[in-house]
Amino acid sequence: MWHYIARRIVYAIPIAIGVTVFCFALVFLAPGNPVQMLLPADASQEVVDLIMKTYGFDRPLPVQYWTWLMRAVVGDLGVSIQSNRPVIDEVLRALGNTVFLSFGAVMLAFSIAFVLGTLAAYYRGSATDRGVTALSIVGVSIPNYWLGIVLVIIFAVELNWLPATGMGPGGSETFDLFNWSHFKHVILPIITLCMVPVGMITRTTRSAVSEVLGNEFVNTLRAKGLGELAVIRHALKNAMPQILAVMGLQFGYLMGGSILVETIFNWPGTGFLLNKAILTRDIPVLQGTILILALVFVFTNLVIDLFQTAVDPRIKRS
Amino acid sequence: MPHHPTTFRSHAARFAAGIALAFGAAALSSIAPAQAQTTLRVAMTAGDIPDVTGQPDQGFEGYRFVGYTLYDSLILWDLSRSDVEASLTPGLATKWTIDPKDSRRWIFDLRKDVKFHDGSDFNAEAVLWNISRLTDDKVPHFNAKQYAAMRTRTVNIDRAEKIDDHTIAIITKEPDSLFYIQMSFWMMISKAQFEKAGSYEKYAQMPSGTGPYRFAGMVPRERLELSRNETYWNPKRIPKHDRLVLQPMPEATTRAAALLSGQVDFIEAPSPDTIARLKSSGMQVITLPYPHNWHYQFNFVDGPFKDKRVRQAANYAMDRGEMVEMLNGLAQEGYATVPPSSPYFGKPVLYKLDQKKATALLKEAKCHPCEVTLAISTSGSGQMQPLPMNELVKAQLEAVGFKVKLEVMDWNALLDVTFKGREKFPAYHAVNVSRATQDPFSGIFRFAMRKQWAPAGGNWGHYESPEIEKLITDIYNTFDQTKRDAMIIRVHEIMNDDAAMLFVTHDLNPRALSPKVKGFVQAQSWFQDLTPITVGTTN
Repeated sequence: MWHYIARRIVYAIPIAIGVTVFCFALVFLAPGNPVQMLLPADASQEVVDLIMKTYGFDRPLPVQYWTWLMRAVVGDLGVSIQSNRPVIDEVLRALGNTVFLSFGAVMLAFSIAFVLGTLAAYYRGSATDRGVTALSIVGVSIPNYWLGIVLVIIFAVELNWLPATGMGPGGSETFDLFNWSHFKHVILPIITLCMVPVGMITRTTRSAVSEVLGNEFVNTLRAKGLGELAVIRHALKNAMPQILAVMGLQFGYLMGGSILVETIFNWPGTGFLLNKAILTRDIPVLQGTILILALVFVFTNLVIDLFQTAVDPRIKRS
Repeated sequence: MPHHPTTFRSHAARFAAGIALAFGAAALSSIAPAQAQTTLRVAMTAGDIPDVTGQPDQGFEGYRFVGYTLYDSLILWDLSRSDVEASLTPGLATKWTIDPKDSRRWIFDLRKDVKFHDGSDFNAEAVLWNISRLTDDKVPHFNAKQYAAMRTRTVNIDRAEKIDDHTIAIITKEPDSLFYIQMSFWMMISKAQFEKAGSYEKYAQMPSGTGPYRFAGMVPRERLELSRNETYWNPKRIPKHDRLVLQPMPEATTRAAALLSGQVDFIEAPSPDTIARLKSSGMQVITLPYPHNWHYQFNFVDGPFKDKRVRQAANYAMDRGEMVEMLNGLAQEGYATVPPSSPYFGKPVLYKLDQKKATALLKEAKCHPCEVTLAISTSGSGQMQPLPMNELVKAQLEAVGFKVKLEVMDWNALLDVTFKGREKFPAYHAVNVSRATQDPFSGIFRFAMRKQWAPAGGNWGHYESPEIEKLITDIYNTFDQTKRDAMIIRVHEIMNDDAAMLFVTHDLNPRALSPKVKGFVQAQSWFQDLTPITVGTTN
């Protein structure tokens, strides 16, 4: 097992480096300039050049990349051009908020999808199956930023039940899960974010459980006289690796793909941070956020792989 | 005396009740002031909290919410009236004059008995220290970022000197009759507090100015909290609310939702399509003309706009009333560089809608259909609703014989085009970047002077006029304000006569306020005074 883990970690390193090279190049290929947002519109080229030099943006791209990578290795991701604060602090703070939101959304999605998918698989071909399949297609198809705006209009503006923005009353610095005045801030973003994972996990659960229920060993279990609940339990155990893999992927997608939802809800996570960094060409923040998100994605996949292996020993043997 | 359990229990109960009451009273007395506290919560359009260490970033919104709240400049903007465009008023300087013997030497009389929030004195030494921090890269408190941001305002400074504890002189390289205006953008920070902090990074956690608000705390990228400065030097501007909370909320829908759901009390720039909803919910929607211009700067070297007839045709093609209607009345028809409320408006040629004349001019210029490419953005500071507005401009131009290609880019990319100028982007025949126009240089001269040809300055398309060049030289050498204003008006009129820009609209600066917010006087300015605002109890 340790050998397997070590091998997976070693494989993950070139992937992470590859992602950083790709993103570093992309950031610089985009038109625009990191210092323009800092200067008045009539600033002269001389002043623009001076600030570019101050921040080291006048150096060749490979030199900039190498310098940045060497610092990143020791945890120094530079300083934000806009806020003057260390990028690592900004990213880690935002990352915690996004992990919380994404994890919550995936867990909620799993709770709903697990039940729906299993029901659809067990009653395959029935009205229940067709209904669940239709629901999962709707879940996958609804643009989440649109859903977010609709939920805000209904629950925040019209009914005034839930807050529209922020992550706590009066912009609290810490989030208290067990305090209703805090918790209510997370409800709408989590519902918005969980819709796509609900659809994806439901479909995966349905197909994985259906496949297992069609296997010979299920007939054997029934022939041995096991009750239907026990049969389903066996089927779920066998289908779980596939479901876990999809959950992991969904978590990874949410970590990097919640830019619009976080912007709508003013949720101070990595998506919100990325959005601001893109608009202001805050290159150190962009690079730092992308790097951390890439590492999280790689790490999540690793954890899911290991978990799958633990749940299903056939994977390790293969 | 025999023991009586009931009596004991009743005593115990009373004792317990007494203790509870005592604690309760203590708790209530500690809560009472908090309940009485009033907080004004503002949603800004900025993507982040502006720099709090002196010269703010995030454009004029930074000045509005951080610059003129935490800090003062030597000269301030009078934001107490809404009936006229805001003018300058004494700030930390009570008087400014040009030395009668030397037209390069400005003398500033400093206000006495003013203290920074940390208790240190505001005096001549503090001002000279502040000047050096943005002009002299040898001093330890030099700030490169803020130096760059202020460079266009400080470029003419030769040196500064102390006359006495409350008088300083600033000597310019060239005579500059408008120099004093630049002093309204120079925030005075505390030398003592900076020395205590040791660096700008640390000073950002404990900034200290002389402004009507004190720094009370900050959650990076989320909120800035300021509290009332009870000892502000101008008693009329001591805030009428206890706290001010500023939250960056770049998304217009989010701002409107936050106001409607009671999470904030004051939002900047609601979008036109939310106005009806905000009004029906009892929100106050306030609009007023201010020095803002939504226009296109032409390319005077490459392409059809070199020809004055084509520029005039484009201006005659504009149905500005239709634009205002599309914006739900949140704009004013724009016929010139500065709006009619400006003291520099004068009597310019007004290109009112005349499609026949526009087509005739294009045919006369032998440019029909006249193919033009316009660089526009998807968003940006002061850009209003750029996509639908540019689509409407395209339709109106095409109705008279233009063939328009819109090059759409994000705000930062458009700034890149603007900074570098037409030489780097000859394929663009005009750029749509809206501007602040509150003083003669930023509102008029920078679009007209040869010295300001991009990339040196804001004259993107390299417009020039010998008459304007001479007038501007004379203006900088004229210290009589009446004579000078007449010349500035003339420059403005010449620019219109030349159709130096495609004039479209002036923003009406909309804001939406909760019904419990009272006392806000919207000034005709990019800056606003929040201090007179009272707020219903929010706790």
